[in-house]
Amino acid sequence: MTPHKRLHIKTYLMVLVMILAGPMGNLMLSKGMKNIGKITTEISSPSDILHVLARVLSSGTIWLGIASLLTFFVAYMLVLSWADYSFVQPTSAIAYAVVALLATLLLGEVVSPLRWAGIAVICLGVFVVGHTNPRTTENR
Amino acid sequence: MLEVLFFSLIVLAGTGGELCVSRAMKQIGEVHDFRPSAIVRVILRAVRVKWLWIGIGLMTVGFFSLLAILSFENVSFVVPVSALGYVAGALGGRFFLGERVNWRRWAGILLVCAGVTLVVIGKG
Repeated sequence: MTPHKRLHIKTYLMVLVMILAGPMGNLMLSKGMKNIGKITTEISSPSDILHVLARVLSSGTIWLGIASLLTFFVAYMLVLSWADYSFVQPTSAIAYAVVALLATLLLGEVVSPLRWAGIAVICLGVFVVGHTNPRTTENR
Repeated sequence: MLEVLFFSLIVLAGTGGELCVSRAMKQIGEVHDFRPSAIVRVILRAVRVKWLWIGIGLMTVGFFSLLAILSFENVSFVVPVSALGYVAGALGGRFFLGERVNWRRWAGILLVCAGVTLVVIGKG
């Protein structure tokens, strides 16, 4: 295998970890918080805040979500150490679609056609933002 | 109404925190040396920059706002709407960090806004 090809595989593998771990993290946070219950009804007086916080911090699902988001973050930093930001950032825009897809499949959320269209436009927007110069403040 | 408050906190505190961290890291300077001892030195320098702590504080507020809203809204709604962070990021980059935001980046940001609008309308 040529070094060039290996770099490609390594990059795509890491991007795959990013676009799965990030959305999975958000999904688990969502599931964990749904188990705790609507925060505005759970907290009716200031003394409830600590009680709810203790339940949040003792939820295994929440910690799994945080671990998954940390995995995303480490993969993001690792891939940025060799790949261009202007490649990685637009590619990771697909995570918005992955969140919606996994939420319908795993959490049974209903995503309307208009929401899918909105998500597609957001992906496109992030893609365009990412295809710009990542550094503009240097004197050249 | 409460949703608007939580979304504002996710977008403004979350992005504001990232901008502060970016400012702190620019103050420290580009990291060239990735040996463990050098990274420890960078961290020791970073924890003395006040922008880093303001940034971490704001990002914490943003994270707990995300948890709060996820306790009653679908994740397939919350995550797309929080893409508004790109808008706050561009405005903050322009006015807080003095970055030049070109027309192409503004066009992307407008698309993100349009997409979020569709997601919000699509909620019905």
